Order: sequence, then C-alpha cells, then structure tokens
Amino acid sequence: MSGVNDFAFKMATVNGTGSASANGLLMQAIFRMGIPVSGKNIFPSNIQGLPTWYEIRVSRDGYTARPEAVDLVVALNTGTYAQDVAAVRPGGYLVYDGSWPLDGELLRDDITILPVPFGQMCVEAFEGDRTRTLLRNIVYTGTLSALLDIDMAVIEEMLKEKFAKKKSLLDANFKAIEMGYEYARKQFSCPLPFHLKKMDATGGSIVIDGNTAAALGCVYAGATVGAWYPITPSTSLMEAYKDFCERFRVDRETGEKKYALIQAEDELAAAGMIIGAGWAGARSFTSTAGPGISLMEEFIGLAYYAEVPAVFFDIQRTGPSTGMPTRTQQGDILATAYASHGDTKHLCLYPSDPRECFYMASEAFDLAERYQTPVFVLSDLDIGMNDWVVPRLTWDDAYVPDRGKVLSAQALEQMTTKFSRYLDVDGDGIAARTLPGVHPKGAYFTRGSGHDKYGTYTEDAAAYQEVVDRLARKINGAARAVPAPEFHLQKGAEVGIVSIGGCHAAVLEATHRLKAQGIPADYMRIRAFPFDTPVEDFLRRHKTVFVVEQNRDAQLRALLTLETGVVRDHMIPVLDYGGLPLTAQRVVDAVVQHVHQGTAV
Amino acid sequence: MTSILKPPVIHPSLPKNALGLTRRDYEGAMSTLCAGCGHDSVTAALVQAFWELDVPPHRAAKMSGIGCSSKTTAYFMRQSHGFNGVHGRMPSLATGANAANRDLVYVGVSGDGDSLSIGLGQLCHAIRRSVNLLYVLENNGVYGLTKGQFSASADVGSTSKKGEANEQPPIDPVLLALSLGATFVGRSFSGDKAQLVPILKAALRHRGFAFVDVISPCVSFNDHVGSTKSYRYTREHYESLAPVDFVPVRQEITAAQDAAVTTVRMHDGSLVRFRKTDDTYDPTDRDAAYAHVRKHQEVGEIVTGLLYIDEDARDLHALNHTATTPLVDLPYADLCPGNTALQALQDEYR
Repeated sequence: MSGVNDFAFKMATVNGTGSASANGLLMQAIFRMGIPVSGKNIFPSNIQGLPTWYEIRVSRDGYTARPEAVDLVVALNTGTYAQDVAAVRPGGYLVYDGSWPLDGELLRDDITILPVPFGQMCVEAFEGDRTRTLLRNIVYTGTLSALLDIDMAVIEEMLKEKFAKKKSLLDANFKAIEMGYEYARKQFSCPLPFHLKKMDATGGSIVIDGNTAAALGCVYAGATVGAWYPITPSTSLMEAYKDFCERFRVDRETGEKKYALIQAEDELAAAGMIIGAGWAGARSFTSTAGPGISLMEEFIGLAYYAEVPAVFFDIQRTGPSTGMPTRTQQGDILATAYASHGDTKHLCLYPSDPRECFYMASEAFDLAERYQTPVFVLSDLDIGMNDWVVPRLTWDDAYVPDRGKVLSAQALEQMTTKFSRYLDVDGDGIAARTLPGVHPKGAYFTRGSGHDKYGTYTEDAAAYQEVVDRLARKINGAARAVPAPEFHLQKGAEVGIVSIGGCHAAVLEATHRLKAQGIPADYMRIRAFPFDTPVEDFLRRHKTVFVVEQNRDAQLRALLTLETGVVRDHMIPVLDYGGLPLTAQRVVDAVVQHVHQGTAV
Repeated sequence: MTSILKPPVIHPSLPKNALGLTRRDYEGAMSTLCAGCGHDSVTAALVQAFWELDVPPHRAAKMSGIGCSSKTTAYFMRQSHGFNGVHGRMPSLATGANAANRDLVYVGVSGDGDSLSIGLGQLCHAIRRSVNLLYVLENNGVYGLTKGQFSASADVGSTSKKGEANEQPPIDPVLLALSLGATFVGRSFSGDKAQLVPILKAALRHRGFAFVDVISPCVSFNDHVGSTKSYRYTREHYESLAPVDFVPVRQEITAAQDAAVTTVRMHDGSLVRFRKTDDTYDPTDRDAAYAHVRKHQEVGEIVTGLLYIDEDARDLHALNHTATTPLVDLPYADLCPGNTALQALQDEYR
C-alpha cells in the first residue's frame, strides 16, 4: 500500500542527543517539496537519556493521522532495538548504526536491513563527543535523503537558513549530510520503492504547532494578561505568547510592554490572576494541562458564580494524576464541562488542529466576555506540540472584540436607577457588568458567597435560586453561540460517527476508508459545549452511532447522555487511550467489527 | 464602617476632604461582625486613611479572601469595587487586577488564617512580585467563623477559650515579610488608631507591596485570660516604636522641621516622618528592623510602628516594564498586529 508520496517512516533515538531538530528538518524539507506530511514526536518526560521516536507520514492525499504501519525505521537507540526492528512492516526496511553489529536474534528475513556506520563515520570526520553525537543525526538525514529522494537543494537551503550566522556549524552540517547521502548512494539501491516526488500541494499552507497558533490567536484577540505555571504539554503556549508579544507588543521607542505575563507560583494563583485581570477588564488567559485544571477548580467556580470572564487553554495529556505527561489524551472533557463544586457548567471549545486553535482563541475571548464566564479551549498534546501542515491563517482586520455588556462611564452617569450587578434587564440571562475605576455609580461587591440579583449577600432560598437559575439559562443559551458542529455527510449513510478535537484527522480518513469498503458513514465533529439541538438531531437520525474519543471512560458519550435526551446505549464507544495519537485503522476496525456482528446497518 | 445602622443623613458640619467628601462617604455596609471586634476599628482606620488621602472611592479596589477579616471590605467605601474571592487567594486576584489596571489604589484585607495558613504561598509570592497593594493582615490568632481553632499566628502557650494551650510555634507575619523582601512593613494594633491611620496612609502611598500586620483581637474566641492576642495582653505588651506622621505632598512646605524626626521621602514626594523614641533605630535598615522585632519578641514585647520602608524599590510594573497606560485602557488597535503582519510572519512557518 505504500508508494510514491505515500508511506511512513520513523526515527528511534535517545532524547537529548539533538535528534529533534534533525527530524524537524526532515519533515519541513518534505513540506517544502510540496508534499503533504505530518510529524509526530513521541517523547519521554525527561531531559536526556530515554527513548524517543519521531514518526513522519507522507500522504499525497493529505491524510495527517498517525500511520498504523511503518515502512522504514531508522534505529539509533540500542535500548529499543527489539521493538524498533519489530515495528517495521513486512517488506519494509530497517536502517541501523552498523558501527556495532546487530544482535543476531533481532534479524528478520521479511525486511531489508541496511547498516550504516553512522557512529564510526562521525568519529572519523569530527572532533569532540558532543559534536559527533549531534552530527550523527545530520548524517542519517543525509542517508534518508538518498533513500527517499529528498531534494538536497531544499535540505541545503534549510541548513543555510538555520546556520546563517554560524559558518563553522554550517560547514560541518554540510559535510555530515554529504557523508550520509554518499554512503547510501554507494551501498544501496536508491531510492527505495517508496520515496518522494515533488508536488504542489503545500503552497498555501504553513507548518505550525497548536500551542504556537493558540498563542498567536491570543495576541490577535487582544489578550493583555497571561498567567501560568509551567506544565507539559502547555508550556510552549505561553512561551510563544511571550515571543509574539516581544515582537508585536513592545513600544519600539520606550520599551514599554503592552501586555503582562506572570509566571505564577502554582496553577491556583494563575487562575486567580486571570480572574482578577478579567474582573478589572483585561482579556486574560492561562495555559495548563489536567493537573492544573484540578488545582484551578475552586477559582473556576468563583468565576462562574461571580460571572468573571477568563480563558483557560487545557492542553490535555494522559491522566489521571501525573499520568504520562508527554502522551496525549482527551481525558478532561468531563472535568472541564462541570469544573468546580456545586452546580456549574462551562463553555468549552474543542479545536481539532493548530489552525482551529488560532481561530478558537479569539472566539473563546469573545464568548468569555459576552457570557461573563470561564471558557475552556481543550487542545491536546498532539495538536499542541506537534508540527502540523495547515492552510495559512488569515485575520479579518474588521474584527471588533465582543466585550459583552460592560457599562461605560457615560452610561453609568446617565443611569437613573441604581446599578445592580446581577439584574437581567433584557431577559437573555446576561446582566450588565461594570469595571472598577470607571464611575462611582458602577461600584458593586463581587463575591463567591450567596448573592441575590442585586449583588447583595443572601442566605434566602428564593433569592439564591433566582440567580443560579438565571446562570443556568445564560450558559444553556450559549449553546447557540458556540462553534457549531461540523458535518461530513455521505449518501445513504445509516451509521453515524461522532468525534471531537484531535481525533478528527483519523476519523475523517476512516470514513473515506469505510466508504471504500461499502460502509458509508456520516460524521459529526463536535466543536463546542454546551450542545445545541443539531447535536441531538444527529444522534437520533442514525440507527447506529459510534462515539470516537481518546479516554477510557467514554467521557464525550457520557456528556452526550447527560446533556441530550439520547440514551447511553444508543451510542457505541470507540475508545483509544494509550497516549498516542489515534490511527484511522483503529476507527475502521471498530466500525467494521460492529457492522459484521450484524447488530447494526 | 458601622456596627449599627446609621441614618443616611450626613450632618452639614462634617468636615470635608479635598474632593468635598465627608468620612461618611467612605463608609460601607453595616458590619455584621461581633460588637467590639478589632476588625471594625481597622475598618474605621481605613475609612479615615482613605478620606484623609482624598482617594476618590471609585478609584480604589478592595480585595479580600475568606474569613471574618475578609468580610470587612464590604464595610468601607461603598463606592469602590470590592472582590471577596476564595480563601487565601486574595493576593492572586489582586495581582491580576493590578496587572490589568495599574492606576487604581488597591487595598487587600486578610486575616491570619487566610494569610498564614491556606494563603501563605500567595502572600509570599505577592511580596516577591512587589504588587502595588496595601495588604492589611487583621491578626487575632484564631479562627473566628469556625469558632475558635488556633491559627498559625497563635503564640506558644497561648490558650484557647476551652483552655487548651497552643504548642506549635507561630509564623510571625512581620518577620516573614521582612525576610521575603517586602518594601514596606508595619505592625499596629486595632486599639491604637492614632498610630494605625498614619501607617495606613503611608502604606497606601507606597509604590510596591505594603504589608501592615494589625493585632486585632477577637472578642468572641480569643479575648480571654491566657490569650496572647487579647486586648488586655496586647496593651500590656505593646511596644510602640517611633510614632509616625504621614505628610502628603501638598502639605510638605508647611510641615514643621524637628531635630528629633527622621524623614523618608516617598516616590510621589510625600513624607513619612518618624518621631524618634530610639535614636539607634533606622527604618530603612532591613536587618536592623528584623533584629529589633526579634529582640523585643524574646522578652515578650510586641513592637509596633512602621518598621521598615524602602522607597527605591521597583514594583510589579517597573519590573515588567508594563505600559504606563493601564492595559485595560489600551485600544484594541494597539494590541492587534493585523493581517498584513500575520501574512509576513507566516513566511517563517515553512
């Protein structure tokens, strides 16, 4: 099934040896050759010495989900040789460091083994252990360039860009590339049967990770206060925000910053800071992961009840507890939807790729201010930290931030009645708010304790209920304002597939494969919570509904059961929660198996 | 503040400040604390301090956590926004609000449970960040709302109402603030308004984290014989250091010069004058302040007064180089780089 511009390969290395930049170089080179490509970094929660893999999938049809079969493995970590040799599909290829012999037990006769003495070549050509270690990655990049027909001009162009200011490094890198390339050309029949051929399919695209795109979205949305506590895999979001702000938000003459980024002492403080800033009138946000959400819960309830806008990016990782910090999951769907004690419900957005992270950032701020409430953007490690090829981003310069009902000094001055913070004047469940410092008539006392519609402390049953009932109306009303589901419909489909977030690429590919196998399936990608009526309609319209998600307990299905009138057993869970990005085959297999059992269709 | 409902009528002869407002204009809702609570006196001192400093009430923001002390932000300045957040986390709310709008006058009111137990971490980090905030710790050594448990400031040997003696060493908030680098540290007593008001005024004018620990007895749960935070014990062990005058900028010229006075000039030009009772005490020497408090503590004395002040320190915004215009007032056009910049930027993402 592999062929020109349609195959997958992976590098098995040790983390901390500089392989990440070489692997990124490979992925970007293929992108620059105009060929759709995706890269998945499977890395340890560690700085140096543990196994790491980088998987590259080349797909002329533009499929970006994680590949199920690997055509070529570059095995450079003796510690994982056994599993890396085993990972090659029958008929595939294994490249390993031939400086040392491969254990005879690992040899397979159904694959082609290509030894390349990377270590020995580096020892002979370069001085210094660190240099040799780093350049070994560039040597294998050269070898892969020969085996896969990667355009050397593109590789050279990228190296020149990377080492523009370091001539000595550039020369060494050129030498290393050349060595690996020439060795392969001399020793092996190049290129391999599956290889690359220039296309013109990536011209309008960029290579970007979701955290960078989300950070850019925050800058464009006009967010000015960010507070966070570093946590994998969300850290790069705030770091990217800082980089963009240093570029776009620093006054060139005075050096003054038009933003405040605070590294908090913990996630509790980070939540408090953005809620304080949102209360004072700034667009504020934090980035975190599941453990951070757990710590923020008390403050989230305060923001919900006191009605303070704030945006929370949750870059999900594998839970519970510390879990596997460098593996992906969709394990926070329920934890965010109802975060905090008491009756709460929150607006959640579920981007499926970095492009959507960018656009949903500004939508999140608009919704947070319009509904005066916390908004969660649930990305995940795969979206957040891996490089994706996505269509270029554009910004509508006519965009005006939706600040919601905020009374101006003028409006307050003209008020003839006393301002009451929680009075629903126009019946939409949203009361007007005021910002501190604007006008004496706007003052009110914000509290997380029981309050009536005037904002006054209360322990009265009816007065308390009136406020929380309005809150429920407000949040349920937001279902029509949050991003609508995306539908991919097929003629004659009786099977419905529902999925969310980072599963999208795999599910969409699966529907194409299922169609080819004679099982047309409609696909609904849920993009936000609370759910609007089209979500329930889709569930009811299909005889069999599969809900595909990445957690053990079918959290999306649970949420659908709780929030729609559809019974649980109408929805068949397809679950994948080992921590790696979903493959299309996983979805295809689940659907086919069920259909062949004859219980559906 | 008031613990009884006062008529809304304001007597025409009440003195007015530069804004034409009387002290009554700086009051808030009726206090629901116990009659005689030290916190109500602190509230009264805050009313006076704000009134005397001519702070427009709506330009102040009152922040608090949870507990008896934290309730008091409702009892002064009804024309100010107040934020009564979650237990022990007032510093983070204040930090965020201050980051967003640097032009407001922030006052945070907390207690010993809120500050020294559940919120100890947030207090420490707000000090480190030098958030421009008056932080008042109403310190009574006891949990009032949950009826009488020891707090982290209870002294060893101090007994609870039921007679049980505390055996765990206390956290002294003043020593804590001094050691963490707070740039303004004072301690006072709710029963000494003459000392407390000028300290609060100087603290409000300080640019940075101004920490004021106020011994504020709990009449219901910690005012008995055997308590070291009772009115009686505090009065008996009270050691007032260098009485303080606060001289606002506009009065500077008329302020009398006095040889027995040490003057510290504040960033806005106003003055803090220490009338010396001890010739060796230097309120700008952190180590000396620490040693002085410790020395008196060892003989059972509670040193009060403005203990330490550093007017050269940089606050959160100075450290961050934040725009002089509050972030909330920056127009969106100044914040969004626009589509042209976005397209240029993306040329790097290939």
